[in-house]
Amino acid sequence: MAIHLNLSQATIREKRLKSIVGYQGTIKDLAEQSQSGCLKNATRGFSQATNCNSGCAQGYLSTITDAAIVNHGPIGCAGDVAGANAGFQWGQSIRDWNQRNVRIINTNMSEKAVVFGGDQILKEGILKAYERFKPKAIFVTTSCASGIIGDDIESTIKKAEAEIGIPVVPVFCEGFRSQIWASGFDAAFHALLTRIVKPAEKKRPELVNVINFAGSGRAVITEIFGRLGLVPQFGIPYSNIEEISRWSEAAATISICGTLGSYMGNGLEQNFGVPYVTALQPHGISGFDDWLTKLGETVGKEKEVEEYLAEQKVLAAPELEEIKFKLKGKKVVVGMGPSFAHNYIRFLEDLGMEVVWGFSWHYDAKHDHGGCPSCTVELTKTDKDIPVSVSDQQNHEVINLLSKVKPDIFIGRHPGMSVWATKMGIPAIMVSDEYSAFGYQGTIEFGHRIIDALTNNSLAVNLSKRINLPYTEWWLEQDPFSFQEQKNKKRESENKKNVAVR
Amino acid sequence: MSLCVEQIRHVCTLGAFESVLAIKRAVPIVHAGPGCVAKLWTTLGSQNGHQGSGYVGGHAIPCTNASEKEVVFGGTDKLRKVITNTFDVIDGDLFVVLTGCTSDIIGDDVGEITRKFQAQGKPIVYVETGGFKGSNLIGHELVLGAIIDQHLQPQEVEPGLVNIWSSVPYQNTFWSGDIEQLNILISSLGLKPNVVFGPDSSVDAINDIPKAQYNLVISPWVGLRTAEQLKNKFGTPFLHYPALPIGPTETSKFLRTVGEFAGIDPAVVENVIRKHEDRYFYYLERAADTLLETRLLPRRFITVADSLYALGIARFLTNDMGLIPEKQFITDDTPNDYQSGVAAEFEQFTSGIVAETVFSNDGGYVEEEIRKLKIRSRPLILGSSWERVVARDLNAYQLSVSAPIGNELVLSKSYVGYNGALQLVEDIYSVVLNDFM
Ligand code: SF4
Repeated sequence: MAIHLNLSQATIREKRLKSIVGYQGTIKDLAEQSQSGCLKNATRGFSQATNCNSGCAQGYLSTITDAAIVNHGPIGCAGDVAGANAGFQWGQSIRDWNQRNVRIINTNMSEKAVVFGGDQILKEGILKAYERFKPKAIFVTTSCASGIIGDDIESTIKKAEAEIGIPVVPVFCEGFRSQIWASGFDAAFHALLTRIVKPAEKKRPELVNVINFAGSGRAVITEIFGRLGLVPQFGIPYSNIEEISRWSEAAATISICGTLGSYMGNGLEQNFGVPYVTALQPHGISGFDDWLTKLGETVGKEKEVEEYLAEQKVLAAPELEEIKFKLKGKKVVVGMGPSFAHNYIRFLEDLGMEVVWGFSWHYDAKHDHGGCPSCTVELTKTDKDIPVSVSDQQNHEVINLLSKVKPDIFIGRHPGMSVWATKMGIPAIMVSDEYSAFGYQGTIEFGHRIIDALTNNSLAVNLSKRINLPYTEWWLEQDPFSFQEQKNKKRESENKKNVAVR
Repeated sequence: MSLCVEQIRHVCTLGAFESVLAIKRAVPIVHAGPGCVAKLWTTLGSQNGHQGSGYVGGHAIPCTNASEKEVVFGGTDKLRKVITNTFDVIDGDLFVVLTGCTSDIIGDDVGEITRKFQAQGKPIVYVETGGFKGSNLIGHELVLGAIIDQHLQPQEVEPGLVNIWSSVPYQNTFWSGDIEQLNILISSLGLKPNVVFGPDSSVDAINDIPKAQYNLVISPWVGLRTAEQLKNKFGTPFLHYPALPIGPTETSKFLRTVGEFAGIDPAVVENVIRKHEDRYFYYLERAADTLLETRLLPRRFITVADSLYALGIARFLTNDMGLIPEKQFITDDTPNDYQSGVAAEFEQFTSGIVAETVFSNDGGYVEEEIRKLKIRSRPLILGSSWERVVARDLNAYQLSVSAPIGNELVLSKSYVGYNGALQLVEDIYSVVLNDFM
């Protein structure tokens, strides 16, 4: 789908990528329905707190080293800033930088502003951010309140920009506008693509943009890319405005996460001529092979990649065998964002584990290059059809399902979810670092992490004995997905089969 | 002065859903956008002493996740559905519907929906907490107000039973430990605390609020509204004690004040105080060698905290530990009406010492002001984890005592009372010692 940089806002994922937050069935069915274009979202009669796109947008942009953010809304909408700052401390610390706090100002919208309009406080906020931080650019993130009362954000921003002479860029991310929090990444990237990235003056054939989060894998990637004659440029986090403005110079863009990178990668490809590598994620061996091979194909380094991978295979083989032997047949439930989920399902199956259920916190029926996500398609190529569901971290579905399928381990991503498996006595791993299971050595590391989690589960066991879950017995006896509308559900009998057989 | 805020230390009105979570088996039902809960719980929970989801917090909270559809067409249908199903799915004793910006701006009639459930005898109340109405401390009082108005029934008074309104759950990072310590102190006088929040709480205690003989507000201003409301509705008298009692000077004064208010025999009170103080001074005597090692000692302290912690800690460090208060930054968005009263409390220190107070919830402004201070020794900054940066830059000692605290795991710790003061001394001097060891 084309990325339109003449629009002031990114189109939300529901409209652009036919993304959904409600589905239950199997991976093959999901892929088939996506490809035939008939995938529909199921709504729920009961729902629990999820996340919104504003958090993703301002969290991601807040890591740009010389930019500032003005969050236009009541103070609660900046409630995530403490979390963004914690992440920022981590990112600076692993770089050995002098640590400072994130630069986010909230306009503290009061009842008065809600009634009479918030344009004035927004202007004040922008000027204050300029005065305090002397940033190279200011991003203005919107809120539910600013969206509903209809503040004229764009004209206020233009006026402020004329006064201070740096880019002041709107980032439309009202919480209610999209059910898919990843729309916030697109909103952030849209702001960068429209106002920060400049057409390349010269091309740098050795340079590869790597879209990631905190970027703990920098050293490893730099080494690998170095062998291929390539130089990685990591971002967007911990880059500055000048560096981002030159992302158009690169020979290719690649991402650690398909959900994250789709908008920026394709936006750079469509509008600045930088090819985007749409590969599997580099988690697990087959994913990493695909990721690096596709990159090699894009930048003409096929031979170098082939040599490197052949060497790694030999080196890693004995340890991988040992891990596979220990993990064989262990039942696992995965719960992550869509790209991570579908990539980890493949990776864990590759390790010989049995993925008995895959939750993804949303699902994009396609990515911005037009096709169904490659990690999803890849899972349809085997005989096995894995049961999956899509939910925006709907806790009642997850808990209910876990109580029925009783896996040996739950592997999750996103804060506030894996703990629930622990409370049920199930060993859990929370993948917070995007470079967990990266490449050959990362895969081995992660294999050992699973083995360790299975070796001593005393925390979970003891917790589960003494605490009560907040669910009624009635609920735990129901079908986990009974609050999803029928639209997307498999027939009752098939559904029972998937859930109850375990 | 601009009204915008940086480095936030409290959240919006809706953040008071955390107060509901502080009552065992009470369940918030949030009618708001999809991100509100996750955002608010970041500042109040996960980045505030790493207070996690507990029984029904975090992603377990029933929520309408209002989308464009609800904003355009109204969200009442969705809310009704979620409430109905919550009763089937969630195992709870009291349900509190809280609204966010979306609902309050578009004007969903949440009262009408809730009243229908109330009429069926369901234990449910509602409160409009759209984020633009103010801080979560205001929200905390609104939640209690809704429970008082819509749920509590008059009861026969039980002599000696006391409701305590003090630390605000989750906002005050050490709230559950604080409550435990306050309960110990109050119990030692022979009174019986009615435990509304924390590990010993229950919805039964909520229902028993009208039974109390007294309400005790132990806070500069939060809770006064609650106590006044209870006085109006049930005639319960209350005592307002503005300072959180930390250390022997304040805590002993506190016990005497409460004793007098409740008509307890002064001999009993003095006996209790003596025991507590004896224990306190046993330990303090042992610490004194190091405390007097002047090479290490911070002499002056800056506090950046809610009025509750700022006042309590300032009193202790000044009146008991011989430190000198520099500027005291009060970050809880203290309502204008209360500010002069709160400021006056900072003028009542030993030796005629007066501390200058600055009311601002804009952490960026606070940071600028701290950087302007000229301090002739390594200062001690008692603030939140936001202050770690400025403390490093100024070569100050830093201890996190106020929200958000991302750099400490906080469980049952409290700085309240005699024991809490010992804990605070341990923590401050551990910072000092860790700095060079
Ligand atoms: S300010 Fe409004 S939209 Fe923002 S978190 Fe609070 S209630 Fe939600």
